[in-house]
Amino acid sequence: MSSAAEATTRAPSVARVRVRKPLRKRLMRIPFYLLIAAIFIYTVFPFYWAIRSSITPESDLFTTPLRYFPAHPTLSHFREVLSSGEFQRALINSTIVAGAVTLISLALGSVASYALGRFRFRGRAFAMYLMLSMTIFPQIAILGALFTLINKFGLYNTLPALIFSDLILTLPFTVWVLTSFMAALPKDLEEAAYVDGASPLQVFYKVLLPLIAPGLVTTGLLAFITAWNEYLYALSFTQDPEHHTITVAITTFTSGKGNTFELPWGQIMAATVVVTVPLIVLTLILQRRILAGLTAGAVKG
Amino acid sequence: MKHRRWLVLAVLVGVTALLASLVASVGNARPTATKASNAIAAPPVPNAAKLRKKFKGVKLTFVGDNAVGGSHVRDLALAKRFTKDTGIQVKVLPHPEKSDESYSQLARNFSSKSSAFDVVMMDVVWPGAFAPYLVNLKKPLGKAAKLHAKGIIQNSTIGGRLIAMPWFSDFGILYYRTDLLKKYGYKSPPKTWTQLGTMAKKIQAGERDSNPNFAGYVYQGNSYEGLTCNTLEWVASVGGGHLVDNGKASINNSKAAAILNLQRSWVGTIAPRGVTSYTEEEARIPFTNGNAAFMRNWPYAYSSGVAAGSKIKGKFSVTVLPHGPSSSSVGTIGGWELGVSKFSKHKPAAIELVRYLTSPAVQRFDAITNTNVPTIPAVAKNKAVVRTNPYLKPSIATVARVARPSKFLKGHYNEGSKIIYQGVSQILNGQDAKKVLPSIQSRLNRILR
Amino acid sequence: MSPSTEASTAARPRPRRRRSALQRKQTRLAWLMLLPALAAVGFVAFYPLGQTIYYSFTDQQFLAGIEPTKWVGLENYKDLIHDTLFRDSVVLTIKFTAITVGFEFVLGMIIALVVNSGFKGRGVMRAMMLVPWAIPTVVAAQMWKWMYNDIYGVVNDAGVRLHLISHNVAWISQPNTALASAAAVDIWKTTPFVALLLLAGLQVIPTELYEAARVDGASAWRQFWRITLPLLRPAILVALIFRTLDALRVFDVFYVFFGNRPDTQTMAIFAQDAIVGTGDVGYGSAACVAIFLIIGVFTVIYVTFMRVEQQ
Repeated sequence: MSSAAEATTRAPSVARVRVRKPLRKRLMRIPFYLLIAAIFIYTVFPFYWAIRSSITPESDLFTTPLRYFPAHPTLSHFREVLSSGEFQRALINSTIVAGAVTLISLALGSVASYALGRFRFRGRAFAMYLMLSMTIFPQIAILGALFTLINKFGLYNTLPALIFSDLILTLPFTVWVLTSFMAALPKDLEEAAYVDGASPLQVFYKVLLPLIAPGLVTTGLLAFITAWNEYLYALSFTQDPEHHTITVAITTFTSGKGNTFELPWGQIMAATVVVTVPLIVLTLILQRRILAGLTAGAVKG
Repeated sequence: MKHRRWLVLAVLVGVTALLASLVASVGNARPTATKASNAIAAPPVPNAAKLRKKFKGVKLTFVGDNAVGGSHVRDLALAKRFTKDTGIQVKVLPHPEKSDESYSQLARNFSSKSSAFDVVMMDVVWPGAFAPYLVNLKKPLGKAAKLHAKGIIQNSTIGGRLIAMPWFSDFGILYYRTDLLKKYGYKSPPKTWTQLGTMAKKIQAGERDSNPNFAGYVYQGNSYEGLTCNTLEWVASVGGGHLVDNGKASINNSKAAAILNLQRSWVGTIAPRGVTSYTEEEARIPFTNGNAAFMRNWPYAYSSGVAAGSKIKGKFSVTVLPHGPSSSSVGTIGGWELGVSKFSKHKPAAIELVRYLTSPAVQRFDAITNTNVPTIPAVAKNKAVVRTNPYLKPSIATVARVARPSKFLKGHYNEGSKIIYQGVSQILNGQDAKKVLPSIQSRLNRILR
Repeated sequence: MSPSTEASTAARPRPRRRRSALQRKQTRLAWLMLLPALAAVGFVAFYPLGQTIYYSFTDQQFLAGIEPTKWVGLENYKDLIHDTLFRDSVVLTIKFTAITVGFEFVLGMIIALVVNSGFKGRGVMRAMMLVPWAIPTVVAAQMWKWMYNDIYGVVNDAGVRLHLISHNVAWISQPNTALASAAAVDIWKTTPFVALLLLAGLQVIPTELYEAARVDGASAWRQFWRITLPLLRPAILVALIFRTLDALRVFDVFYVFFGNRPDTQTMAIFAQDAIVGTGDVGYGSAACVAIFLIIGVFTVIYVTFMRVEQQ
């Protein structure tokens, strides 16, 4: 455009002219970059601090003046945490619970969202609000009665107790989010499929489900993390270390001395890092997959 | 793009494998409490043969200490020894780490009349609430109870029934920096609160020149149970009563008001402004990292002060808390007790387990291996015990131990304690004690009826 | 099956509101598909909910079994209305919700846009985005409490070093910074949730729309306003609803930071304290029902707004 014309008429300073427009744009982007940097630091610094704490020897953790990187980094906290049988057991338990909750939430939630998002029927709104109403009570409100229920079915101190309880936390938003995805798809999408003689279930499985893939991955991830981090039910419905999940295990770390006060912060931070890194890796892999799927042309015409 | 993804994955897997092998090769490093020199075996069960004849095959469930660490190891060791000697099977269930959760678990169990727990471990302030659900131990264990510290036994005797046996106990003590006292010309730790104030002020002013993070005095000032403990110590040590005396609230008096206003004046001056959000650890950490001159805390903090790598190793000591001009020092009773559930199907066997666990031999074992404070004064005088727990030297061990009013508040203890610590929290955050104490008193009286 | 033939004969995508055979069949099918999800949640939640509502009309105690439980009718609710502590907790919680949801929405939007765009750092953003959400709340709360500490906290240390503050501040203790410090933690922790939902919504917006707009000469801001926001509306509303509901029930951060401090109690802490602390399950259940109604009001407002929008 105009600058290109200018470039040809200003021979000696070609290089300078070529960067003039981008330079202005770049300058205008500085506040933008600063904002991104600030957000990045806000998001990541506490995690960096957790990593730093996990490799700092216990006695150096809180000395002032603070060191942003330990003078004598150590892997002893990781060693203690990873070699602990209870911790390994808790990792397995958490994976089982979170995995089951995610799969069940996605399965039930996607089917429900098909009904709520693509069909119009009386009582649709009522069903949506009913789903939502589960999340409106504080956890403590249903804790006591839930405990009685779980005892009645003999599920106390078992993993299924946690799986069922966590569904209360994950199903509502799974249903709502997937419903909004379903509803956002073009209205006559199923028409073609019906014309071809497909049943509603086939329509669901072959046509709609692939199109709401980002929604599935997102809610799956969120459901997994919600169940992974759940603390109150995991604490109240399990009794022995055999059935503890990660959140409970981390908070029961003691320093090895016989008191209930001292928090072995180095170990707790190491455990947190150990527990968080796989989630990040999982996210990275899954996120790339959605982007890849989409740009491959899944977005129809 | 695709290759890069697999590369990242491969690197991560590789790093994980490397870490795992590193961990495995170094071997199991389980957290244990015992230093090799301190390890002694769980003591044998007296009367084992008789018990074996009577109760062999009985299965007991014992709700014991935290899941991981020295306490659980101790519970398992004792249970194993008990089973070996008497043939009574003991299953150890660790209680939840947080006090509230532990209380809730027991409450739920008792409310549903469940027979799942036989012997339960309780905080010293809970027997009052759980009294209706616990077996009277006076007949079988009354004689053994006489060996224990009087204050604790009195606390656990409600309506003439002894419903819990003391297991191990805590009491508040004053930690102080010996090197700083010397540096600023003080020959001995403060005996009165005013002395503490003066010393802390001078030391803080001097240390702040080189260390802007230094504080004179730290304690547990958050709005929680720990503040009730501190308050009891402040008020009782100046002759202001015990918060509740003879069934009636007694906190509203001039001496209590004076000491609470004094504490209020210290917040932000010799105590950090943030002290009103400190719990046990938040007070211990500055002290053991060399950033405080005086600390009130439970004996547990001692071991981290003398641990390898501690910044104050060899530079601190402990003594009794200060008192008012015409009163004497006190320490609030903390710690744990053992009770037998009324709904247990094996009450006599459970009582025998309690007898064993609270015996002098086991208390000695616990004191040495876990540095817990024994509740039997005779055991506290034992040379080996004093060696591992220097804060048990006679000058400290004989301090008057005061109990929080759980006996009077019974099932309403949590509520009563909340009234106290919320009120005191308001005082520490700036309100005049003379205005707050009357309302604390009337609200307490309302639930004491 | 009939839907295929009947649908192809219908000219419009949806039949009018007539109870035709197709409508009824569709309704039945819909309910059938809904049932598993509703049953799963209902089964687990209805009995406890029912029990809570029942208890709110009694004087049920936490330590039950000593005295019989009596029916007290509306007495708990009457006491609740006069309870200034409860009123304060409601005000505080609403204030907290407004602050956190507002910030989370703005920050979440920015992060989602960045990750979705061709911005160079987006890979790293994408990885790091989920970190706060992934750390268990109880651990995160304690971690932040120590970061805020006025002696050994890194917030004070960095703040003083960078000359943002002149001396250490007791963030948690001082009443004027208490709410903000708790809010900062909640925003940090849950912005990823909003960002992730918005990102998912962004990814289904067809890129052709943007290309067409660019050809027409629309600026980036205009594209955002005219294309992105409207198409993102469903995702935004869902994110807002769930974040608001969660914020109104906030518990962990406040409990770890402040304990039972009277001036920083949220509704959930009030309820928990009534049930477990004081042991008055009847009163606490009434509080829970009141909380449910308050949150319900917010829900109705949001949903009405959404329905208006869809029309």
